Amino acid sequence: MEEYLKAKGRIFNIQRFSVHDGPGIRTIVFLKGCALRCRWCCNPESQKGIIEEMEVGGVKKTVGEDVTAGEIVEKIERDRVYYRRSGGGVTLSGGEMLCQADFSAAILRGCKEIGINTAVESTGFAPFETIQKVLPYIDTYLMDIKHINSAKHKEFTTQPNELILENAKKIAKAVNKLIIRVPVVPTFNDTEEEIEEIAKFAKTLEGVEEVHLLPYHNFGVDKYKGLGRPYLMGDIKTPDDEKMQRLMQRVLKHGLKCQIGG
Amino acid sequence: MNKVYTEFIEKSPRIPLLVDALFQKMPEIEVERAVLLTESYKQTEELPIILRRAMAFKHILENIPVTIRDNELIVGSATKTPRGCQVFPEFSYRWLLDELDIIGERSADPFYISDENKKVLRETFKYWEGKTTSEFAQANMTPETLKAIDHNIFTVGNYFYNGIGHVTVNYGEVLEKGFDGIIKKAKAELDKCKVSDHNYITKSAFLKAVIICGEAVCDFALRYSALANKMAEKESDPTRKQELNKISKICAKVPRYGAENFHEACQSFWFVQMLIQTESNGHSVSPGRFDMYMYPYYKMDMDKGAISREAAQELLDCVWVKLNDLNKARDKASAEGFAGYSVFQNLIAGGQNKEGLDATNDLSYMCINATLHVMLPQPSFSVRVWNKTPHEFMIRAAELTRTGIGLPAYYNDEVIIPALINRGLTIEDARDYNIIGCVEPQKSGKTDGWHDAAFFNMCRPLELVFSNGVDNGVQVGLATGDVTKMTDFEQVYDAYKAQTEYMIELMVNADNAVDIAHAKRCPLPFLSSMIEDCIGRGKSAQEGGAVYNFTGPQGFGVANMADSLYAIKKLVFDEKKVTMAEFKEALENNYGYGIPDEEVQNIVVGVAKSLAQKGVQLDEGQISELVGKVKAGSNGKYDYLLKLINEIPKFGNDNEVVDSFARDVAYTYTRPLEKYRNPRGGRYQAGLYPVSANVPLGKQTGATPDGRLATTPVADGVSPSAGKDVSGPTAAANSVSKLDHYIASNGTLYNMKFHPSALKGRAGLESFVSLIRGYFDQKGSHVQFNVVSRETLRDAQKNPENYKGLVVRVAGYSALFTTLSKSLQDDIINRTEQGGF
Repeated sequence: MEEYLKAKGRIFNIQRFSVHDGPGIRTIVFLKGCALRCRWCCNPESQKGIIEEMEVGGVKKTVGEDVTAGEIVEKIERDRVYYRRSGGGVTLSGGEMLCQADFSAAILRGCKEIGINTAVESTGFAPFETIQKVLPYIDTYLMDIKHINSAKHKEFTTQPNELILENAKKIAKAVNKLIIRVPVVPTFNDTEEEIEEIAKFAKTLEGVEEVHLLPYHNFGVDKYKGLGRPYLMGDIKTPDDEKMQRLMQRVLKHGLKCQIGG
Repeated sequence: MNKVYTEFIEKSPRIPLLVDALFQKMPEIEVERAVLLTESYKQTEELPIILRRAMAFKHILENIPVTIRDNELIVGSATKTPRGCQVFPEFSYRWLLDELDIIGERSADPFYISDENKKVLRETFKYWEGKTTSEFAQANMTPETLKAIDHNIFTVGNYFYNGIGHVTVNYGEVLEKGFDGIIKKAKAELDKCKVSDHNYITKSAFLKAVIICGEAVCDFALRYSALANKMAEKESDPTRKQELNKISKICAKVPRYGAENFHEACQSFWFVQMLIQTESNGHSVSPGRFDMYMYPYYKMDMDKGAISREAAQELLDCVWVKLNDLNKARDKASAEGFAGYSVFQNLIAGGQNKEGLDATNDLSYMCINATLHVMLPQPSFSVRVWNKTPHEFMIRAAELTRTGIGLPAYYNDEVIIPALINRGLTIEDARDYNIIGCVEPQKSGKTDGWHDAAFFNMCRPLELVFSNGVDNGVQVGLATGDVTKMTDFEQVYDAYKAQTEYMIELMVNADNAVDIAHAKRCPLPFLSSMIEDCIGRGKSAQEGGAVYNFTGPQGFGVANMADSLYAIKKLVFDEKKVTMAEFKEALENNYGYGIPDEEVQNIVVGVAKSLAQKGVQLDEGQISELVGKVKAGSNGKYDYLLKLINEIPKFGNDNEVVDSFARDVAYTYTRPLEKYRNPRGGRYQAGLYPVSANVPLGKQTGATPDGRLATTPVADGVSPSAGKDVSGPTAAANSVSKLDHYIASNGTLYNMKFHPSALKGRAGLESFVSLIRGYFDQKGSHVQFNVVSRETLRDAQKNPENYKGLVVRVAGYSALFTTLSKSLQDDIINRTEQGGF
């Protein structure tokens, strides 16, 4: 095995046959650890870098497993035939794959070298030098832009957005394809104006053509319970179709492609 | 090259009317056929059986009621009432005699029968004692075989109680030349016979029988022509009057003469399809490559501008409705195994032609439309897939899948064609295969495939290993030794193989006994007239007249046995965490989860029997004490073992070690079978599919070392055990594809259950198609889908009245969910639902 594939890292799930996170049939590798604490996060078990316990259906389950990049690449390769038929591949998600940039880079490189299409779902929240480690091996960068107003961004995610917006510009220049994704979260960013602001920004990014609007859902609520943590979103409902359509119009207006959902 | 028309075509308003009329009442058993058959048989006792069959067929067709239902364009009904069923006492009648009073009440596939008709049947059946195929077959089985059947190791019930069916005749020949052509062929062959030929007596009788049947069928069509004419005279609606006049004209022409347009072809097809199922009650009479043999007539009309696409679609839809008008009553146990009133008429579209070119045409797409229009379980609609199948065809098929109807089933040319060549078919014949019944491939018009020859429960031999061949106190299997004294895994595995091979021998004995019974007592001259080379050889298909002859008994429970044997290997011999003795005890006690009453009864009876053999008689008090002792489970005692079992990898999760184990376990059934021959001069070939028998036969299966509790369903087909494939559909499909699908040339069946959300939008369809393609790239043979949410199914269980039309995929076929028994409904709900996120 190549030396770089021995890089170790921490993941908490591998989900095969995912059809909502990048083109075609994909395998999603969920990495542990994230610098943000988005209130609506549906994978709260992903946030801390540590191995922890979560109760699922009354049973305690260990969340987090240390593995090598080589082991992951081997698992990813098992579905190569489906990637080939569907134009799919691997997507690194999390958590935030930039929190384990060397490990992520090793997985992505390993995949590229055997001809598997790569994508990442990322906040883009890291020093650009860190991002540069993974950029050479990424076909599609799915990047969240959650809000243009930094104060509001910080209020809901615990981090300001300047670094993210700055990185977005650099990533846009460097990567093959950048898609901007917006979690549409009521009380946070679901007004037409707020979404349009994001669309305007996306339009300024070199080569960006596509925006995905992801309606908030509360599927993560049980996980908060399982982790013994409060769920801060209360009983906020998923934005309805009609609303999502209106928001989509605001994006389309700027000459961008737009879809609802991943 | 012609441009293929792939678009959806709107449904005619006639179709919902026809569909609604089918489902007004509970299906009914009618008695005319049984009465007429018996009348004829009583008058022909001196004749050779083949002529008796032909005379009886003729007598039935001359006198059975003819019925044209409202709004029909394609006519011909086996019964006066929709979805009714006739009775076929020549195969077996005792079950019906026993069940006459309960058949209207039972949970699986009830049938109404009037008191008057019950009386008629009781009277009619008196003639048949000692004359049926089932009695003949039973008399020819060895005592060991009967014992194995009695102990539910395998069942040959399907052909034991019924006709064979499982055939696709040469519809194309009838469409082209009519029965006039077939009669001419038989006469020409008869002219060639010399009275001094060694086979003159049997051959001339057969050919005469063919001619009688051909004439009878043509005359039967004339009765419909006359009826339509009479109805037209009375009809006040001018449109309907015109339709009836047209029907009258068409029935005066086909099937005697060749069809010259699409409507005639549809009508001619239907007479053949229905009458095969009047001659015998064998199910899985499969239309096969309908889009291929009907295409010339469609094209002729389209080229001339004689028919609109919509009108052609309407005719096609009418044929689809008629396929749901046929029904079959089975005994209670079989009804559970084939639940859903299904007659498994498999119709397949797409695929390559004899020359190896893709032959998908307009009709292939219109077949998809027809199923979308009628949304009924018949025909069992299938599509053939190969590397050059048009992508759009796959997408249109996936759209049909998305409706949740469980259709179509997808079949892989890239596996099936070489598998058939390996069985001796020519490459041209192999390329022209279609599917019979559930999943069984054959070349139409040339094959007597006997595809549903038996169910072999692969779990039972392992039970026999643990009991040293004893079942309920009786030595049924081989004495393979005390399992607790076995010192390495190979000994256990060898014992399993020995038990399996012994049971396969007995099963072959049973099948061959049934096979000969059909040749001797129920040869089918009408059916045989449409199968090459029966006329040339001068004998019926049942006597070996067909070019290709097979017997295909199917095994099921591969996943359970793979997981079970792997658990034994790993826990007992590799890791030494438990002993064989512990395992044996846990299995005997159903892992501490109590023993079902039925099983308690069996055990007690077994003990009492073995004591009786030693001269000890138990009184009632002793028996009830024994029952109490057997019943006392020790709940929780074996939970540690279940936990250990649960933790080891299972088949269906793309685990190299377990999957190759499964491949080998499947070979323990598929390989030994290959060496056997049947009485028609053909070979045995294994299938790996259960129809829906995994549920009722699971009830007869004790706890298995994979942690499966006694009496719960066994894994269906080649699918992983329900709920054990937890790594998603690609991983499960990878595992299943690692089995050798080529050797199981009687078909393999892989069930996947999808949540509707996984097929949302064009992107969802694209991914879905890619999943099928990916599975087929890895040489899986068949896959089918249930696309319906668990919540929907649960709600349908609670409120069946709201879900009368809900069709689900059961096994190699679809059925109305609400007509299935509760336990089968539960099994379907429990099959892993993939992509539900």
